[in-house]
Amino acid sequence: MNNSPHVHLPISVRVIMLKVLVALLPGIAVYVWFFGAAILVQIALASTAALAGEAAMLRLRRKPVGLFLADGSALVTAWLIALTFPPIAPWWLIVSATLFAIIVAKHLYGGLGQNPFNPAMVAFCVSIIAFPALMSQWPAVGFTDFTAQVRVIFESQSAQDAVTMATPLDALRTSLHTPEARATVAGILGSHATFGNIGGKGWEWIALAYLAGGLWLLQQRIITWHVPVAFLGVLAAIATVFSLANSDSFAGPTFHVVTGGAMLGAFFIATDPVSGATTPRGKLIFAAGVALLTWIIRTFGAYPDGMAFGVLLMNLCVPLIDMGTQPPVFGHKNGKKEGKP
Amino acid sequence: MIASLFSFKGGVKPAAHKDESAQAPIAQAPLPHRLVVPLRQSAGGAPLPLVKAGQRVLKGERIGAPEGNFSSAIHAPTSGQVLAVEARMLPHPSGLSALCVVIEADGDERWIDLVPTNYMTESPDALRDILRDAGIVGLGGATFPSHLKLKPGATGRIETLIINGAECEPWITCDDRLMRERADEIARGIAILRHIASAERVLVGIEDNKPQAIAAMRAALATSEGVEVVPVPTRYPAGGERQLIRVLTGIEIPYGRYGTDFGVQCFNVATACSVHRAIDLGQPLISRIVTLAGNVERPGNVEALIGTPIDELLKLASPKADTDRTILGGPMMGFALPRTDLPVTKAANCILAASPALFPPQGAELPCIRCGACTRACPAELQPHELYWFSRAKNFGKAQEYGIFDCIECGCCAYVCPSNIRLVDYYRFAKSSMRALEREKAVADAARERFELRNLREEREKAEKAARLAAKTAAGRQAAEGAAAKAAGAPAAPQAASPEEKPLPALDEQKKALIAAAIARVETQKVGVQPRNTDNLTPEKQAEIREIEARRNKVRELAKTPPEEPI
Repeated sequence: MNNSPHVHLPISVRVIMLKVLVALLPGIAVYVWFFGAAILVQIALASTAALAGEAAMLRLRRKPVGLFLADGSALVTAWLIALTFPPIAPWWLIVSATLFAIIVAKHLYGGLGQNPFNPAMVAFCVSIIAFPALMSQWPAVGFTDFTAQVRVIFESQSAQDAVTMATPLDALRTSLHTPEARATVAGILGSHATFGNIGGKGWEWIALAYLAGGLWLLQQRIITWHVPVAFLGVLAAIATVFSLANSDSFAGPTFHVVTGGAMLGAFFIATDPVSGATTPRGKLIFAAGVALLTWIIRTFGAYPDGMAFGVLLMNLCVPLIDMGTQPPVFGHKNGKKEGKP
Repeated sequence: MIASLFSFKGGVKPAAHKDESAQAPIAQAPLPHRLVVPLRQSAGGAPLPLVKAGQRVLKGERIGAPEGNFSSAIHAPTSGQVLAVEARMLPHPSGLSALCVVIEADGDERWIDLVPTNYMTESPDALRDILRDAGIVGLGGATFPSHLKLKPGATGRIETLIINGAECEPWITCDDRLMRERADEIARGIAILRHIASAERVLVGIEDNKPQAIAAMRAALATSEGVEVVPVPTRYPAGGERQLIRVLTGIEIPYGRYGTDFGVQCFNVATACSVHRAIDLGQPLISRIVTLAGNVERPGNVEALIGTPIDELLKLASPKADTDRTILGGPMMGFALPRTDLPVTKAANCILAASPALFPPQGAELPCIRCGACTRACPAELQPHELYWFSRAKNFGKAQEYGIFDCIECGCCAYVCPSNIRLVDYYRFAKSSMRALEREKAVADAARERFELRNLREEREKAEKAARLAAKTAAGRQAAEGAAAKAAGAPAAPQAASPEEKPLPALDEQKKALIAAAIARVETQKVGVQPRNTDNLTPEKQAEIREIEARRNKVRELAKTPPEEPI
């Protein structure tokens, strides 16, 4: 208490987390507009599960429950899980996935600040491996009736085909991977009901809303430019190269950037400070790696989107990236450090 | 010529709070009844006391002689009587004690005979000696002896002289007021410093939130060729020596190197002013300007004698009722005083009354979320969050590798940390632990060396003794054999004994007894059971003696201060 500094910027982990939640609001609003209020149910389920799991773990770990619950980090994890899951997934799926994220991916590794993996992406990957069918069950465009959606969520049974649809990425991949169809990217995008002007129908607008929220986070200095720019830039660059070489089999950069989890990931997931790289160059390498893996998994992999796997795989590399990208210290830019006591 | 400015990375912009204390002119603090003048007030060795209790001193009389060249003299701030020369608590974060001269003021303020010097006719070496003997040290806070900073470095010469009037720390305005009111004196000091260093150009850096100071300094320096007043952007810690040098010249001075090695040197404006007084007027450094601010009714600046009790000084500004602690220095780098009856030293630039409302206690410390705010704020371009992990884990090797000693403890990282982590405390802990380890290692190394030398010496002596003994025995035998041979009438056979040893008669019984006694003596010494004159006393007496011994050791401890810690 007696040592300097005696003044402090009025900022806290809580403020940072609340700003991240606020920045997600435009995306959520557009989501509701296009796909109905089911997403709000999912957010509520995930939030409740996250707070309950967090409180239980804090109690077990004998940490001050009120202090850590108020930091808002569990809510951010919960909202990101809800936004990456199908909005009509059964209630138990999102609850168990969120509990897994909070209990295993966060608290068993030491809680806030200690988790090497992004908890939301752990939840996504665990669920898509364990329940691939449920995780591919997305609402069809136009299926916005709230009571019908709530019935699908709570009546633990597969939704009718009439109300579900593959995601744009899934649709494109499946069509391209069916050789007898001899489909081209342009042909698929033009024919399928799931596609809109530049990406997925509705999804492209949600992505743009995420972009708006992300830019606000940048302006608020909650995140730096490195991760979004490197991620979107590298993703667009690879997509450009391949679509220029073979536009029939590879989707273009615009499609990649506004589809799937790209925009949400660029500003809200890959920017997670705890599990990401911290040095400026490290952030660029980290985000470029995520982008590369995302594109590879999207294009050649078995899963519709590669964002979650890309993030987890790059999380693994963070200690190495940080170690290798330490920037030079003031006065030591031309040589080695020679710090001596 | 308009110097193009460089920039340093990081930094923060805390609320300045300078207007409160910058309004009123510098006031003269009343003469205190009693002054406590610490002998060690600069980096380097502690000056030796030149006065004894009971002795009368004049204002400006030398009471502490610089020990060697790496220290600076101490003077009586006023005339009066020396009451004591004893260890007293210093204004230091750890409540360190050291030798102080306690003077009772007689109220006459009788000066010694002041001898002005014409600096144009003196050699730089002679001028540096005058500065050392006048006790001139850096008044920006580091109190590094100025005469040492004026020594030419590796490049041979100081080309650029930087005068630091940035005063970046919030609340503090002593340099601001000094520049507004005594710009001419500062200008004269700058001329002397420039003469000693034979510097080609002088850049006076002042943060652009002090327009009056900039105007006053420009007016005072208008006629000086090659001297330029440069407003620098207001961003803490722009007044850090290395940061200001970087901003004005683009040169980055790494930890462990001095500006002179790069042809540049930096002095505070108040130091320049005291250089002028020391040379042109012959006055040693016995007072300084102190900002009184914070939770007070009448904030302002006072000129206070070194040794004035801090609480007496703060009373001049009338601290408000809810003041709960007193901070020496600014809110970014200052420390809360363990007691307020401690003396003002040459380093004391500001006394801040603090209250919970003004400097609210920080919230609970949360885990680091690696957000990187500290990295963006660090002016030393370190990775504070990494240093935090290493310091916390006591992984000192890694902390050093990541440059912990480049940390200037400016507090920017802790200022911006959303997790309320007291980062600087962790670095202070790591640094002091490493210094302690280093000291222990040095002591252990010295002990090991001593032990090895002793072993070598003993072995050598043993071997020499054995050789001598062998020679003696051989010689004795030879002599005996020779006698026998002579007796037998046969010629003596040539012997292998060393020729320089004189033949001696064989060892007789008496000699053997002497040797045995000597060996016994050595044995007792080795075991170390030399009886002492205290061994036959009663347990009570022995306990008393132990107590006295402990007190003596304590006094010895108090009398010396660790050499690295600047006061």
